[in-house]
Amino acid sequence: MTLETSTITVREALRDAMAEEMRKDPLVFLMGEEVAEYQGAYKVSQGLLEEFGSKRVIDTPITEHGFAGLGVGAAFAGLKPIVEFMTFNFGMQAIDQIINSAAKTLYMSGGQMGCPIVFRGPNGAAKRVGAQHSQCFASWYAHCPGLKVIAPYDAIDAKGLLKAAIRDPNPIIFLENEMLYGESFRAPVGEDEVIPIGKARIVRSGKDVTITTFSFMVGVALKAAEQLASEGIDVEVIDLRTIRPLDEQTILDSVKKTNRLATLEEGWGFAGIGAEISALVMEEAFDYLDAPVKRIVGVDVPMPYAESLVKLTIPQVDWVVDAIKQVCYRS
Amino acid sequence: METTVSQRSASMMSKKVPITQEELLKYYRDMLLIRRFEERSGQLYGMGLIAGFCHLYIGQEAVVVGIQAALQPQDTVITAYRDHGHMLACNMDPKGVMAELTGRIGGYSKGKGGSMHMFSREKNFFGGHGIVGAQVPLGTGLAFAHKYRGDGGICTTYMGDGAVNQGQVYEVFNIAALWKLPVLYIIENNGYSMGTSIARHAAGKHLYERGTAYGIPGEEVDGMDVLAVKAAAEKAVKYVRETSSPMILEVKTYRYRGHSMSDPAKYRTKEEVDNMRQNFDPIERAKVLLISEFSVSEEILSSLEKEIKEIVLEAVDFAQKSPEPEASELMTDILINS
Repeated sequence: MTLETSTITVREALRDAMAEEMRKDPLVFLMGEEVAEYQGAYKVSQGLLEEFGSKRVIDTPITEHGFAGLGVGAAFAGLKPIVEFMTFNFGMQAIDQIINSAAKTLYMSGGQMGCPIVFRGPNGAAKRVGAQHSQCFASWYAHCPGLKVIAPYDAIDAKGLLKAAIRDPNPIIFLENEMLYGESFRAPVGEDEVIPIGKARIVRSGKDVTITTFSFMVGVALKAAEQLASEGIDVEVIDLRTIRPLDEQTILDSVKKTNRLATLEEGWGFAGIGAEISALVMEEAFDYLDAPVKRIVGVDVPMPYAESLVKLTIPQVDWVVDAIKQVCYRS
Repeated sequence: METTVSQRSASMMSKKVPITQEELLKYYRDMLLIRRFEERSGQLYGMGLIAGFCHLYIGQEAVVVGIQAALQPQDTVITAYRDHGHMLACNMDPKGVMAELTGRIGGYSKGKGGSMHMFSREKNFFGGHGIVGAQVPLGTGLAFAHKYRGDGGICTTYMGDGAVNQGQVYEVFNIAALWKLPVLYIIENNGYSMGTSIARHAAGKHLYERGTAYGIPGEEVDGMDVLAVKAAAEKAVKYVRETSSPMILEVKTYRYRGHSMSDPAKYRTKEEVDNMRQNFDPIERAKVLLISEFSVSEEILSSLEKEIKEIVLEAVDFAQKSPEPEASELMTDILINS
């Protein structure tokens, strides 16, 4: 049976996920800067105010620490807030409420105080927006027990994982990417598919080497894999989709098959996601490795502005190609 | 007959507040329970049965007892880390509170929270928060939920005078006023932000004016007078509930002990503390009033004292006998299974 498909942007997929869940559950509401009348700083919440009204689609003042904490309090009371950060760079203002209040209170209360909340918004670098608007927070949040951290790549995952996040009774960090908002993907029509949190996806099967990545960098990895295929290297690309809890099994199974691993992320390498995966594979699959793990990461500097320097900072397709050749001893 | 110091101070209490003997006796009892519970907590800390940070409420009892007397069952309560008194005033079981202090499985957080992190959903007590000021956005969120659900409840959000200098407090003062949220902000001004006196940490004359820029009305009240607190709270609660708007109540109080158990409180004089204890003690004042206005007998008062001693001793006994959490508890309650 072939499903009817159509193209949908990541932006529309995220909006549809919120709209579908809000129709289903009156406790779900959206708040953040410019989410209502402006329709979202990046137009992700287009049409939601019109459909759900100002009680459930709420413009906040520019006051991240305040409204994040307010959202956590509302979640303690049993509501299901979706808190949009215009970018996760601004969410750093609110990180105390996210970690100390949202992530830890269930434990500190002996299981009494659930916190069903989703913090979502663009994460990482957009196009030449400078150091304060370009950080990847995946490893910051993934470091902390009590949170789940999701970072989808395509439209189907964006929708299915956001729906799962909204239904989940725990605090969720949902890392989007501004550069992907306008990207179109084929998606099944009318599918109400919820994608399980904590499951990676093999987006390209290969037998020679594994590369793990997430979010925008999945596209970079796929391009590199295509190029490498023409040079006779068959790359398996794993889209992690969820950073915490990490789908360790999918990674380990792949490494046991290919015996080689590279990790790719746009964030800094120190204590990054690649460092974690590298440690995991060393601990759990050391004997299967035919070469040291190679990390491909953002360069260890604040993000520059000049185009010439940006290209030297964020992982590029040719960096991935070179790194994978190294792992395969083909350079 | 010559009047004693405490009789004179009791005579300064708000006698204009209509009050029955039964009510005053209840407030006296509730304050006394907190006092005796806290004294015993201090002892247990000294014995090494309670560890970590432990902030006693001794001296401030009239604040929470007076405020809670004005609330309804659907209302929610949240505070910071000096929270033992609030929990007892919310009718949480002294056994469960004391067992949490000793880090036992019978504690409200199964021994995973400690003095600063206790909760009771059943009693609408939402903590118990260890980061100064963080409870203020959380409480504003609880108020948001009351309004969203239309359940008629309000949230009482307690903070100390130290917390009013945190930026997030003003972030949500703005939102609460803008969105008309039913939240009563109680500033328990005990004069010291840890060891820094109010004169050294707070600009401006009055903390109750800290919401003025947002149009949030504020009042102040003598927090060493349970009847005055109750009367001010009733008025404030009525305002918050009827207008669905925030209000600030600054309650002037005093803590007799240090900021926490490790604080010898050398930043203030012995005379200052003695003066407050001898002339303004909220429990003593209520007691004198019970005797002078309601002719409550010494027998009744001493049997009450005995009853409370029993309750506290039972709590201590429970808190020592309840086992420490098993290793199997370590990895539970991190996430809810979905």
